[in-house]
Amino acid sequence: MTVGPMFDEWYPVGIFGQLDAAGRKTMLMGEPIVVARDDNGDAKVTDGTGRSLPVCVRYGHVWTSLGDPKKKLFAIPEADQPGRRFVDVGVVRVRCSPLRAVENFLDIAHFPFVHTDILGAEPHTEVQAYKVEIREDVDEVWATQVEFYQPQAAKSASGGITTQYMYRVAGPTSTVLYKTCPPRPSEWDVITLFVQPLAEDLCDVWPWMALFDDDTPMTDLIHFQQTIFLQDRSILENQVPRLLPLDPGMEMPTRADLTSVAYRRWLKRHNFTYGAQLVAQ
Amino acid sequence: MMKLYDYILSPSCYKVRLMAALTGTTLDLRAVDFHPGLEHRGPELLALNPAGSIPILEDGDVLLTESSAMLVYLAAKAAPDWLAGSDAKEAARVQQWLSFSGRLTSSLGGARLHEMLLRPGDIGALQSSGIAALRELELGLVEQAERGQKFLAADRPTVADIACFPYVALAPDGGVSLDPYPAIRLWSRRLRSLPGFIEMPGIHRLHELKPEPQLEKSET
Repeated sequence: MTVGPMFDEWYPVGIFGQLDAAGRKTMLMGEPIVVARDDNGDAKVTDGTGRSLPVCVRYGHVWTSLGDPKKKLFAIPEADQPGRRFVDVGVVRVRCSPLRAVENFLDIAHFPFVHTDILGAEPHTEVQAYKVEIREDVDEVWATQVEFYQPQAAKSASGGITTQYMYRVAGPTSTVLYKTCPPRPSEWDVITLFVQPLAEDLCDVWPWMALFDDDTPMTDLIHFQQTIFLQDRSILENQVPRLLPLDPGMEMPTRADLTSVAYRRWLKRHNFTYGAQLVAQ
Repeated sequence: MMKLYDYILSPSCYKVRLMAALTGTTLDLRAVDFHPGLEHRGPELLALNPAGSIPILEDGDVLLTESSAMLVYLAAKAAPDWLAGSDAKEAARVQQWLSFSGRLTSSLGGARLHEMLLRPGDIGALQSSGIAALRELELGLVEQAERGQKFLAADRPTVADIACFPYVALAPDGGVSLDPYPAIRLWSRRLRSLPGFIEMPGIHRLHELKPEPQLEKSET
């Protein structure tokens, strides 16, 4: 299949701090690429023919595109806020559609069942009504006023709290969540999922965080997020069909799925279909 | 208190955490940045374990770097029932499966590291040696059932079960399905039902063992 408009979008392809001159051989939507550091210490990405691809280093990661990006990489203003700690969680490969990895990240209803006693617990399973919109000015999907009871919302949380969330889809395979920051209630913790599409049914996932937490050792912050994501991984690898369905077919979304419905609608609108199933089977 | 150099996603570290939980032993966990930081290959940990692997268990002047030895140590201190009894066959079976567990680590564990954390390896060879090991384990469990025994080496769980369980349960992480092995699935279920059992990412809690939500609500 052809990649379509997703060809011109930005994708994460490595942790900048871990690059060396030898480089990281990887794939982007079926194309072999090499991500390396050049003689000046800058990131450099080349495709299979040796052609240099567009490069941007932001949020701890190297970003590139196979095509010609129409826009700059999306902004996360919190990334420039003093006092935050930035956490490169490390790559995890998942045998699933890159779009499914994003959709799972946007879902709240699975918390008590998959992240039991951390992000959710029975009997607190109800997803309260929340708001979802496609913000036309920035062309992003936003879910706001999301609330959920969590036994251990963050490494810095000492007991159960009702956590506020905002979710944001900033690119076809890039998503950001903002959640209650236990040590600093006036601010939001920022947790992202940057997804590198290797193929339509295979992706490398690069979680990254910008947190207010002066006490927790860095390794513990990394492990907290790896725990959560590895709980998701086994679920993601078992989802059927493997590609994200953009044709509702036999699916019956509920109110709790509003963010997913908006994400799929937004993908369809832009013809972002790499990793999607277009006709229900 | 015993100190465990630990990584939350390592099945070998999980063996030790699980054994500790099942025997009521408290561990002081020291998180090691295995991924992405490769801290286990750094000078501090290499000084403790030249092999560059985790887990590492410290208890006073005892320093252990092999997970099977840690299981034996924890059991001997807190719950000797988990060790082999005096029966010759039982003792040999425990030892047999403890050694066998190393094959699970190198095959299924290698496949998992390759498929999940992009570690180098020949994935086809890792997966096929993993499948060969699973077939052997399945057969071993069927033979145990013929003898009227529910676990790998005896009619009660032993250190041998804990040594083999994690890499088996996480085989799907490395692209190896457990669907063809009914005896393994039943055995896994028995282990997951033990009082004190703890999970790790990729090994989910048995949902039916959680309190009934309705019941819990009416009780509170």
